[in-house]
Amino acid sequence: MAGTALSGRLNWLVSHLAGIRQETATARTLILDVPGWPGHLPGQHVDVRLTAEDGYSTERSYSIASAPDGTRLELTVQRLADGEVSPYLTEVFDLGYPLEVRGPIGGYFAWRPALAPPVLLIGGGSGVVPLMAMLRTRIATASTAPMRLIYSTRSPDTLLYAEELRRIAIAGQDAGLTAEIVYTRSAPPGWTGRVGRLDAAWLRTLTGARAASSRCYICGPTGFVENVADLLTSQGLADWQIRTERFGPGGGS
Amino acid sequence: MSDTWMDGNSMAGPLREVFSVDVTEAVGRCASCKSTGPLAEGRVFGPAPGLVLRCPACDQPLLRLARTPGRTRLDLRGLEYLEFPWSD
Repeated sequence: MAGTALSGRLNWLVSHLAGIRQETATARTLILDVPGWPGHLPGQHVDVRLTAEDGYSTERSYSIASAPDGTRLELTVQRLADGEVSPYLTEVFDLGYPLEVRGPIGGYFAWRPALAPPVLLIGGGSGVVPLMAMLRTRIATASTAPMRLIYSTRSPDTLLYAEELRRIAIAGQDAGLTAEIVYTRSAPPGWTGRVGRLDAAWLRTLTGARAASSRCYICGPTGFVENVADLLTSQGLADWQIRTERFGPGGGS
Repeated sequence: MSDTWMDGNSMAGPLREVFSVDVTEAVGRCASCKSTGPLAEGRVFGPAPGLVLRCPACDQPLLRLARTPGRTRLDLRGLEYLEFPWSD
């Protein structure tokens, strides 16, 4: 898998939309069928290219949300109000429509399931998407690597993958896999936990003692990533233990 | 210039148009401040007139990538070296 995913020529492939999952009011998951897809590592992304009838063409990068699964590829797209591409992909793009994709791309923010150390995944907003691919790959490959997801989101209305995360939280059969939601503005009714932004003490409680020996993947808006990376560094984690992926207002629209 | 930025991960696709392996995973040394780190951790500005990857420590350009119809120009003078991990 890694060999095909990380080297060789990168070509544009024509995919078709095979299914849609509405995740929130403004985000949806595109289930693409990509003939010729070489496979990927969780955490990698794709470039997508849209070309208008007049020849104008534009490219965007999207994280892969799914575990490797043949020619099937899932991307979760958050609609940005002032975006050029995301409104099309979340509101117009329909079953059977073609979409050019190339990938998989990026080896830095990728998790290799063979890696044994505990894994700590920390996502802010739609930064959870590549982390979800890692979590799903862990389940799909029956990996026993201890994995903990900490997912910060504004409110229940913005929570991606709600059902799936709830199942993981409830199941509890696999002690090696845990998911914690951090609501920064408002929590669901009956929520007894804290609401607000992650700070040093809270993060330390959530990560537990295992953090010290973990590999950490942090993804989200730039400010979120910088803050969490600084907090982990001040907890004593070394740079090599922390991998980051940032997105800003300039990208992913 | 905008003070919002994405990181070097976002340059992996454009750089794969030129190189056959992922360059963002490579560790580079900044010619200006001599700090080292994976290119993925750099800061990216662009896309017009080209993509610029800046050192996260000193903000000097490490790499510039400009695409015009039919041509790609890559300026690497901000990097002293690149060190690639062995692939399996």
